[in-house]
Amino acid sequence: MKYVDEYREKELILSVADELKRISKKEITIMEVCGGHTMAIHRFGLNSLLPPNIHLVSGPGCPVCVSSQQFIDLALAYSRLQGVIITTYGDLVRVPGSSASLEKERAEGSDIRIIYSVLEAIEIARNNPEKKIIFLGIGFETTAPATAAAIMKAKQEHVSNFFVFSAHKIMPPVMEALVREGLKIDGFIAPGHVTAITGTSIYNDLVSVYGLGVVVSGFEPADIMQSVLMLTNQIEKGSPEVKVQYHRVVSHNGNMTARKMLNRVFENRDDQWRGLGLIPSSGLGIIEELSSFDAEKQFDIRVPRSTEPNGCICGQILRGLKTPPECRLFAKKCTPSDPVGACMVSGEGTCATYYKYRS
Amino acid sequence: MCLAIPAKVISVDGKSAKVTIEDVEYTASLLLLDDVKPGDYIMLHAGFAIEKVDPDEAAETLRLLNEIGRNSHF
Repeated sequence: MKYVDEYREKELILSVADELKRISKKEITIMEVCGGHTMAIHRFGLNSLLPPNIHLVSGPGCPVCVSSQQFIDLALAYSRLQGVIITTYGDLVRVPGSSASLEKERAEGSDIRIIYSVLEAIEIARNNPEKKIIFLGIGFETTAPATAAAIMKAKQEHVSNFFVFSAHKIMPPVMEALVREGLKIDGFIAPGHVTAITGTSIYNDLVSVYGLGVVVSGFEPADIMQSVLMLTNQIEKGSPEVKVQYHRVVSHNGNMTARKMLNRVFENRDDQWRGLGLIPSSGLGIIEELSSFDAEKQFDIRVPRSTEPNGCICGQILRGLKTPPECRLFAKKCTPSDPVGACMVSGEGTCATYYKYRS
Repeated sequence: MCLAIPAKVISVDGKSAKVTIEDVEYTASLLLLDDVKPGDYIMLHAGFAIEKVDPDEAAETLRLLNEIGRNSHF
C-alpha cells in the first residue's frame, strides 16, 4: 500500500535502531499518547529494538478507554427510551457500564446500530422520521470535526430527529494534566492525526512551561522509530521543542476547514475522563445555538453516580503509571472476550494491545 | 480510533469522492477538506477525508530515513 509499505522496510527500521544505540546515553522515558501508536509499537515489536535506557509508556489516547462510566451509563439510559435508535462507532458497545453494556442492551431489544461514518446516522434519521437518532460522539480532534460536519449537514438539510451525545475530547489539557500530576517523562510522541487537524501550536506549552520534547509522529514503524530518534536527540542535547516527523500529512497550521467546522459547532468544557477524573476545558460540548441537536439538552435523563469497576487499574494505565501485567485482573478475569475495564475493550486500548501481543 | 488510512482519489462529485484502498472502493466525504482532485491521496478517517498526503514530504521523509542508515553504517 502506497505511503504505508515504504515506512515498514526492515532495513530502514533497523538503521534507525542502530543510530539510536549510537547517540543515546541518558535514561529516557517517552510517552506515546495515541492508541494507534501503542498498537504499532507492539505489533512491530519496536520496544525490542530500542536501547535499554529508552523506555516507552502508553498514554490516554484511546477514546473508548477514556470515556467515563457516567457517559456509558447515560448512553445505556438513552438506549432504553422508547422510539430511540442509538448509533455509535464499534468498540463502544462492548464497554461495561454500571449495569450492562450497550451490546447486552441490544440483546434485550434496544435498537443500537454500529456505524462507520457519522453521516450514516443522518441517513438513518432520514429513513426513520418517527424515531429519534442519537449518535454517541466519541473521539479526539481527529474525529470531532466529522461530528461537527454532520450536525451542520443536519441543520442545513432540516433533519430534526438527529442528536449527538458528545463525549468528544481534546488532547492538550490531558497531556498537561498528566505532567502536572507528576508523570515523569522526558517527551511525548504526539498523535499524528490529531495534529493533522489542529496544527502544531497546541503543544507549545508542553515545551515552554514543562520543558518536554514533542515530536508529532506517523504510524508506521519507521515513522515511530524516527520520532524516538528525534526526541532522543532533543533530550540528549537538552533542547526540547515541537517537531514534526509526519510531514507528509501534518502541516504547521493543520486543516483550517476542519478547525473552522469544529469551532462552529463545539466549545471547550470541563470533562470527565475514566481514571483521571474531571479535567478543565478538556471536552467539547455543542454550542447553545445548536442545542436542538444536543442530546444532553433534549433528553432529560439522570443516572445514579457511576463507579468504575472494582479492581480495574485502567486509570493508572491511562496515566502511564502502571502496565497491564501489573493488574491482578489482566488476562485472568479481564480478557478481550470478557472485559472488565475499557482499556481491554478497544483494539487500541493498552490492555487489549498487551493481551494480543503478550509473549 | 484516530486511525486514518491513505486512499487514492478516483473521482470527485461535489463534497464526496470515490477513493480506493488496495483496489477496494470507498466513499470519502469532502466536507472537511478542500481542493481534492483525482489522483490525490487523502487520509481517510471514519468516512471523511481529513488531510491530503503530500508526495514531496513523503519522499523527503524517506530520504532522511535512508540518510540515517548511511550515517549509522560509517
